[in-house]
Amino acid sequence: MVETATPLTNVSLARRAWAIRRKALLMGQVQGQGYVGQALGVADVLAVSYFHALNMRADDPEWEGRDRFLLSIGHYAIALYAALIEAGVLPEEEIDTYGMDDSRMPMSGMASYTPGMEMTGGSLGHGLGIAVGMALGLKAKKTNQFVYNLMSDGELGEGSTWEAAMSAAHHKLDNLICIVDFNDQQADGKSTDTLTAEPLVDKWQAFGWHVQRVDGNDLEALVKAFDAARNLSEPRPRVIIANTLMCKGVPFLETREITHFVRVEADEWDKAIDILDQGAPA
Amino acid sequence: MTANARARKYEPRVAPKEKVATSAMIASLAAEGYDTVSAPFGHALNAVAAKDPRIVGLSADLAKYTDLHIFAQENPDRFYQMGMAEQLLFSAAAGMAHEGFVPFATTYAVFASRRAYDFICMAIAEENLPVKMVCGLPGLTTGYGPSHQATEDLAIFRGLPNLTIIDPADATDVAQMVPAMVDHNGPVYARLLRGKVPEVLTRYQPDYQFELGKAQIIREGVDVLVVSSGIMTMRALDAAELLAKDNIDVAVLHCPTIKPLDTDTIIAEASKGRLLVTAENHTVIGGLGEAVASTLLRAGVTPTFRQIGLPDQFLEAGALPTLHDMYGLSTTKVAEQIRSWL
Repeated sequence: MVETATPLTNVSLARRAWAIRRKALLMGQVQGQGYVGQALGVADVLAVSYFHALNMRADDPEWEGRDRFLLSIGHYAIALYAALIEAGVLPEEEIDTYGMDDSRMPMSGMASYTPGMEMTGGSLGHGLGIAVGMALGLKAKKTNQFVYNLMSDGELGEGSTWEAAMSAAHHKLDNLICIVDFNDQQADGKSTDTLTAEPLVDKWQAFGWHVQRVDGNDLEALVKAFDAARNLSEPRPRVIIANTLMCKGVPFLETREITHFVRVEADEWDKAIDILDQGAPA
Repeated sequence: MTANARARKYEPRVAPKEKVATSAMIASLAAEGYDTVSAPFGHALNAVAAKDPRIVGLSADLAKYTDLHIFAQENPDRFYQMGMAEQLLFSAAAGMAHEGFVPFATTYAVFASRRAYDFICMAIAEENLPVKMVCGLPGLTTGYGPSHQATEDLAIFRGLPNLTIIDPADATDVAQMVPAMVDHNGPVYARLLRGKVPEVLTRYQPDYQFELGKAQIIREGVDVLVVSSGIMTMRALDAAELLAKDNIDVAVLHCPTIKPLDTDTIIAEASKGRLLVTAENHTVIGGLGEAVASTLLRAGVTPTFRQIGLPDQFLEAGALPTLHDMYGLSTTKVAEQIRSWL
């Protein structure tokens, strides 16, 4: 039995994903900026992580029995805060503090600031190596929790990612699940134009991983992929490559040419939230 | 030995009549007459690990060359071979520290400071995790050239908040720093002396004990105060013996903890009117010498100040004794420099 964030409620994953998107937009509106394109894109992955897959206790974020969830991509913090608020780890009232002085939700994720933030991100290519150490540590403690590492396709350009990938297979880390948010966008443009990681499935397979590539905005596909990754009996690490769409759910942002640090005008935040609300799932 | 071998790349050479072999063993640096201890780091770690189940060891394909193989042999289940991947070594050590372990991660000092810096900075120091980094070939302790000579590691690491830095002098320091590193709940970078390591400090101070954060007078003297760390404390003590024959009385303040620096002791000793010489197995930029200088200036204590250390250059390859002479780290060169400043 997996203890997800709110095991007794019956809220649909679609509603969770919608709520994560909405909270991220509210935070973006506070600062007038933010990595909301990534947050909108990865919301479905976070919904499935926090409300289907992760063993956790919202009232005890450091519970020893929890699954670990590493946000390797510090700039996605706005997305994780939204998920942590939706999960009840952080209070909804703090949305208005996003990025402010003395906030528990700085614009780049840091372990020392935020309950539920397991590592300090921001310098890319760090999460998977830390995840390898955590997975080794959990094995040494003879416990059966999982370590999840959420990373971006841009991080596939960092050599340290592949050091860690090789190591995870070498040490047969079947308690490690890596999720690659493949939105094909990074600072200077499309990831596949910047430093392509394709053929990505072949690469991970060659490194000894169990690989799934799914539509990362399809909740049903994500649930299946997470279940397969968790239940696999093979003694090797697992990766889910989630193809996502930047700004998913807000069509007028989805089609913007530059979405890595998407520009949203002051009068567009309410408009974006209205559009989301019109499609609010039950 | 020429002054600059690399400037004469196209000149043919002939073998010298007297063969001087290079060696990566610290014992090759020790003067005659010092006792040595084999692999003090590995044995000290075993002693601590026997009582403390949190301790694990990780290496990046250099266990054998950092004396961590001693730990691996005794604790095979607690040793992790991470392969030749230093970014991974320190990230994974951070991950294990997250899980409650106290990881000792070893490699060469060049690879830790240059290749893995961002990981040590963000995954370990920023999160103040108790990862203990023990790194071989500090300063000029190999004749392999700049790829292996960590001449600027202290300069690189001194700027890192939360990080404690140790530059041990001898086998006693190396053995005793290990439990002190475990007791300190935070990240530590220690320069490693491996293999057969001389016993220096107890010859001058039979009851010497390493204390984290403390500088200690190892030898009293009224004319000169040498503030030194690492193997340069051995050089300073040996040079002091030479200088005593010329009636030059040299005190040696051994300062194995580079950060946090024992500023109280340094200021007190520097205020006694002696020529102050810092001696470090490191570039003169950003290491012990400049740390002492800024400490004294801030305190308004301004003795005549001289620095012994490596020049701001990529050093030559060759045999260590030759290189130590060339760059002023040998006992005779240390004595000569001090004499010239009086």
